[in-house]
Amino acid sequence: MSTMDLEAILKKHAGAKRDALIPILQEVQEAQGYLSREAVTRIGRHLNLPASKIFGVATFYNQFRFTPKGKYHVMLCRGTACHVKGSQKLLDSAVKLLKLKPGETSRDKLFSLEIVACMGACGLGPVVNLNGEFHAAVSSRKFAKIVEDCRQKELEHAQN
Amino acid sequence: MIQFEADGKTIEARDGETILGALRREGVNVPTLCHMEGLSPTGACRLCVVEVEGAPGLVPSCSFPASAGMKVKTRTPRVLEARKTIVELLLSNHPDDCLYCARSGKCDLQTLARDLGVRQRTYRGARNDRPLDISSPSITRDPDKCVLCGRCVRVCEEIQGVAAIDFIGRGSKTTVATAFDRGLNVSSCVNCGQCILVCPTGALTEHSNVEAVVAALADPSKTVVVQHAPSVSVQLAEEFGIKAGLDVDGKMVAAFRRMGFARVFDTSFTADLTIMEEASELAHRVATGGVLPMMTSCSPGWIKFVETFYPDFMPNLSSCKSPQQMMGAIIKGFWAPNQKLDPANVISVSIMPCTAKKFEAERPEMAPNHVPDVDYVLTTRELGELIRRFGLDLMALESETADTPFGERTTAGKIFGASGGVMEAAVRTAHFLLTGKELENLEIRPLRGAKGIKELRAKIGDLEVGAAVVSGLGNARQLLEQLKAGRKDLHFIEVMTCPGGCINGGGQPLGADPEAAKARMQALYKIDRSEAVRVSHKNTEVKRLYDDFLGRPLGEKSHKLLHTHYAKRETVI
Repeated sequence: MSTMDLEAILKKHAGAKRDALIPILQEVQEAQGYLSREAVTRIGRHLNLPASKIFGVATFYNQFRFTPKGKYHVMLCRGTACHVKGSQKLLDSAVKLLKLKPGETSRDKLFSLEIVACMGACGLGPVVNLNGEFHAAVSSRKFAKIVEDCRQKELEHAQN
Repeated sequence: MIQFEADGKTIEARDGETILGALRREGVNVPTLCHMEGLSPTGACRLCVVEVEGAPGLVPSCSFPASAGMKVKTRTPRVLEARKTIVELLLSNHPDDCLYCARSGKCDLQTLARDLGVRQRTYRGARNDRPLDISSPSITRDPDKCVLCGRCVRVCEEIQGVAAIDFIGRGSKTTVATAFDRGLNVSSCVNCGQCILVCPTGALTEHSNVEAVVAALADPSKTVVVQHAPSVSVQLAEEFGIKAGLDVDGKMVAAFRRMGFARVFDTSFTADLTIMEEASELAHRVATGGVLPMMTSCSPGWIKFVETFYPDFMPNLSSCKSPQQMMGAIIKGFWAPNQKLDPANVISVSIMPCTAKKFEAERPEMAPNHVPDVDYVLTTRELGELIRRFGLDLMALESETADTPFGERTTAGKIFGASGGVMEAAVRTAHFLLTGKELENLEIRPLRGAKGIKELRAKIGDLEVGAAVVSGLGNARQLLEQLKAGRKDLHFIEVMTCPGGCINGGGQPLGADPEAAKARMQALYKIDRSEAVRVSHKNTEVKRLYDDFLGRPLGEKSHKLLHTHYAKRETVI
């Protein structure tokens, strides 16, 4: 997100008080994909709040992230139904395969991994959402294939 | 006033007062952990629960207002059991390493466990295993020992106006950390150490330099010299169980010699020197239309505060180094060569009531040619530890006097230890410099006492002077905002980072009650009353230093050794 977008959001919230913090954080994350240090500091100046306080509020909620998403953003469901269908095993293998912990983004910025509580597709568990696209009944092997397809796509893209 | 009943006895409470406040005044001891006098109540730990007739559950007395006719019971079996269970639960994931903990003996959690009869581990919770934060030269954080009482968070925000730390995360993963959970060293922390004083456990401690000093004292190739800050001599006895307010300057000097320090110098000497430089700087600024109001630069937490939060005011800061760094510079830059010693083989130790001084000593500009002017800073607490380590009985030692030349001080230098002291010393000398006459009454009452903001309007010769004295950075922030809004009537502002000044510094003995700071302050003023030389410009050794070496205040040598510069800090704030 450019500084312009951030300023535009803050302009919308001109004269706002601390109770506007969460809506502002949501809008900034929507525009930026994550909450950067720069954005947090700037929002702090706008609302007259210390950065530590904003970080404290933002880390209370699962919805905020502090690193940019990868080009391929993996959301893995750890809701009850998916858990029963084996999502813990899937998560373990995803962590191993991507070499990422939940909430992290790979150094090449290709993949990021996020745990979500439920995506409302309980009959299809374990569910994985890749950049908005749902994958049903994902096994460890199926997940490896999904990742491999992404890498293949990148390779082809690079060759062209 | 309202009346209510506590344990069958009728007691009085002011309107809006909490149950706890009224009970404490009546001498009823209700245990607390998160509660801090003067900070907002949070009711987080719930140790202060009491039974209130008609209330469905137990009530946290620290945050529950007393009301007329209320019937309170403070020591029923239900209350005692609840308090004990709370401590047991707090201990369920505690490291339990009291034997090795820096806080042992001064730990509120330990005391509570003992007082409430916790004699075995009842609950065994998962350990957090979070890394230590040793990034700061001043403060070490051990999140595993944190009980999330939030005292540090509140003192940092409400008293100091810094808010470097807050609660991060949620539920069992909650921790106290900086913005973006980075090291304290890259946060907006100003190293004041007030968080250490209020921490009930070993989660916050000073970065210790005791081992390094012990090693230096044992190294025959090193000459170890020591300086001690004005307020240390009125704090140290408390480390040995003596009531606050006793000056043990001579005994402390004797202890230094027993431990093997080659020279004992007094930071109050460079406090006198600071007055000579700073008064001249102020006069220069007034005469040449320089930046006013000038602000003192003795307190390193304040300096970092300005560099971090108010860089626009950096030109207002006096360019004088702090007394600690002036002494360091003179030891390495003048005394060592004079003694035909290589500065690199001279270890300069300083004893301070302060944790921020550790940071100050590590500032790169305080180490010409990469040889630091001050090698190690010990807090008053660490000095107590050192004296115990060497097996000395401080109170049994015969008093000795400090070494010449930098052991001589006036009482003006000594009162630097209390908020208002720098200003009082400066006014005394400024009066002499501007009028040629000594101030008739040297005691300047409006500058004394524990108030956070004190002001003085005085006529010195023809000059109408506006002076302000601030302690506690929250108060400093208030004053800076007034200046930003256009206030113009002030010429000179003294700022001390800690409320009340150095006598209440982050390096003072732990577990002191709020009255201790006042008693120490009184001890300093008693010294001021009882000695003959009470103005910095009459310090003969300071005069001699100018004659033999420095030349004149603000001269070329002074500029090189005694003055410094500041830089804006790019920190997440």
